[in-house]
Amino acid sequence: MTGTPTPAQIAARAEARDQVRTELRSRVVGGKTEPEAAAPRVGPEEVTGAESIVRSLEEIGADTVFGIPGGAILPLYDPLMDSAKLRHILVRHEQGGGHAASGYAHATGKVGVTMATSGPGATNLVTPIADAHMDSIPLVAITGQVGAAAIGTDAFQEADIVGITMPITKHNFLVTDPDQIPRTIAEAFHIASTGRPGPVLVDIAKSAMQSRTTFSWPQELDLPGYHPVTKPHSKQIREAAKLLATARRPVLYVGGGVIRSGAADLLRKLVDLSGAPVVTTLMARGAVPDSHPQHLGMPGMHGTVPAVAALQKADLVFALGARFDDRVTGKLSSFAPLAAIIHADIDPAEIGKNREADVPIVGDLREVIGDLLPELAREHEEHGKPDIEGWWRQLDEWRRTYPRGYTAPEDGHLAPQHVIQRLGELTGPDGIYVAGVGQHQMWAAQFISYERPNTWINSGGLGTMGYSVPAAMGAKVGQPDRTVWAIDGDGCFQMTNQELATCTINDIPIKVAVINNSSLGMVRQWQTLFYESRYSNTDLHTGHGTMRVPDFVKLADAYGCEGIRVERASDVDAAIKRANQIDDRPVVVDFTVSRDAMVWPMVAAGVSNDDIQYARGISPAWDRED
Amino acid sequence: MSRHTLSVLVENKPGVLTRVAGLFARRAFNIHSLAVGPTEHEEISRITVVVDVEEHPLEQVTKQLNKLIHVIKIVELEPESSVHRELLLVKVRADAATRTGVLEVVEMFRARVVDVVPDSVVIEATGPAAKLDALLSALEPYGVREIVKSGTLAIGRGARSITDRAFERAVRSA
Repeated sequence: MTGTPTPAQIAARAEARDQVRTELRSRVVGGKTEPEAAAPRVGPEEVTGAESIVRSLEEIGADTVFGIPGGAILPLYDPLMDSAKLRHILVRHEQGGGHAASGYAHATGKVGVTMATSGPGATNLVTPIADAHMDSIPLVAITGQVGAAAIGTDAFQEADIVGITMPITKHNFLVTDPDQIPRTIAEAFHIASTGRPGPVLVDIAKSAMQSRTTFSWPQELDLPGYHPVTKPHSKQIREAAKLLATARRPVLYVGGGVIRSGAADLLRKLVDLSGAPVVTTLMARGAVPDSHPQHLGMPGMHGTVPAVAALQKADLVFALGARFDDRVTGKLSSFAPLAAIIHADIDPAEIGKNREADVPIVGDLREVIGDLLPELAREHEEHGKPDIEGWWRQLDEWRRTYPRGYTAPEDGHLAPQHVIQRLGELTGPDGIYVAGVGQHQMWAAQFISYERPNTWINSGGLGTMGYSVPAAMGAKVGQPDRTVWAIDGDGCFQMTNQELATCTINDIPIKVAVINNSSLGMVRQWQTLFYESRYSNTDLHTGHGTMRVPDFVKLADAYGCEGIRVERASDVDAAIKRANQIDDRPVVVDFTVSRDAMVWPMVAAGVSNDDIQYARGISPAWDRED
Repeated sequence: MSRHTLSVLVENKPGVLTRVAGLFARRAFNIHSLAVGPTEHEEISRITVVVDVEEHPLEQVTKQLNKLIHVIKIVELEPESSVHRELLLVKVRADAATRTGVLEVVEMFRARVVDVVPDSVVIEATGPAAKLDALLSALEPYGVREIVKSGTLAIGRGARSITDRAFERAVRSA
């Protein structure tokens, strides 16, 4: 029986609890758990809060920041000017800064950093933060906030950006105590880059930047509720190996998680070992080389017929870092109706969210695939390789019958697919391609052959028009030696082209291909198909035979870029070659294309993938027996 | 729909309740009741949330809750293996003619009178939701003028403590 504790027992418990608390705070940045390593490597230094931010960013290894100053973040910009390690790139709009940080993160795998002031500066970051959240991009956004004493008073340029971004960040912080700055920034980078990556916002009061504090590094993290699972359960791995080794119609359904985890090389081994067909989603283009003979292309609303059909007829779908998005599954209840599901993802909440998994695997895909390979090899040794020849005969027949292609536009104008295909062929797989959102994005996903991860960058989940130019800018900063093409639409381009100024002034020579169909093309396509060709508010007047407002060539000139206009198929190659040779300033090529070109194949929104149309009105006839 | 009681152990940090409540709203879950308060560990607060939801979406919201950085642990407390209590304060009309009847009800339900004026009383009662509902029906004929109820508090039966285990786990993996 436990009676009233004696004072000695109470004291002992308190001591035990204190010890526990000390241990709780003993995590050290960089994964080293060394509670005794209390002696800081750097500092303590007497600094201002603003200097503490700069020092923290330097110590954590950030090298580039995209941002714009303003009242509440002014104290930070003063010491930033003297930093030899941080390159700050002054963007023209906070949204551009956010997407640039995202493009940088996409192209390098490192954490992208963006800065903005309070109020409107911070709210302008909402779109890129939401975008990064949907596409699992490691991003840290630092915003100035009004002074701590003014918070909650509707002060000038005050916005509750922590409240606003709560649903669209992986986590966010409000810092009013300057002593908390280094640890908070360390935690922000840790959260952004580990587990399922995502955006983290750190809102720092101006008063904290102006106060005196001490800076030391490294910092101990205090995140008792954050423990991403990276090591998969061995029983589940064995189960997955068994299923994969016995399935007769398997498909590897590869999502962006493979790229985020850096598992593309291991995935290649899994593809080769299993012999199974593989599809790469919009977020995973490049995770498996398009030239790989087992690659069926992209699944989903505008996927290839073989990729979509393979999933529909599969008896096993192995999802790797994919999330059964509605753009992939079509009508969920009829998606892959015959398939058992293995679902591997680092985020347990994705597993079973849309489709029940028969074998759920939580873990980092590098570890998942790394553990799976020997298990699968063992299965093959014991039971032989599965017979999937019949499956491949069926898949190859689909590939022969429904190859990638397009029909030339009837109006005699340029085919946008031709432009994009040639762009990919003339630039090659070493280039980086960054799309906006719409028809041009889908054609760029379809008609360029990707051979490496991190060479295809786009806004997949949120579908953010205007992503391309700023994200291409960020990618070029992160990979300065690679050719970076922004493949943009005339609608998208008009949303964020102000960043061309940033590119010209900061020597960031991106190339922009405006696939100019003089309209909001994807919306127009839906109006053609679903709204009786009633073109409500989709005409942009930028193409041939219009008043060209704005004239993209003149616009390019105004921004100090090389401007080229291409209206005939015979000029396409020369223009691309010329653009690829220019490296001392950005290039904008205005490809005025047919506005009637449509993206095919297509699964209309909300219908079954079985009803995919290869081209308008042409649906594959499935063997309904199986 | 079925009713579920979740105990959510969270870091005692500003804004944590907003994060948890916001997540329920965002994922379209209706919170039946919510109670939040400190625990025996000063770093940890405990949120007891009662939701009406099917099994599958409950699993999804639990996983989403677990992704919140400040959430340390979530435990579903099954009715048969846990104690559930609410606190009720109710203001009832009670004059010289009816007071005896009201006090009999108070007695029967082992409630307490905590305030008396010539024409009304305030009654305090604790218990599971069903008992408080029964008390309210018994008081109804006298004239219920104002009700205030806490959210449900719940704790598992037996010697095991979910907070200790959560705390130890947090330390182990730290």
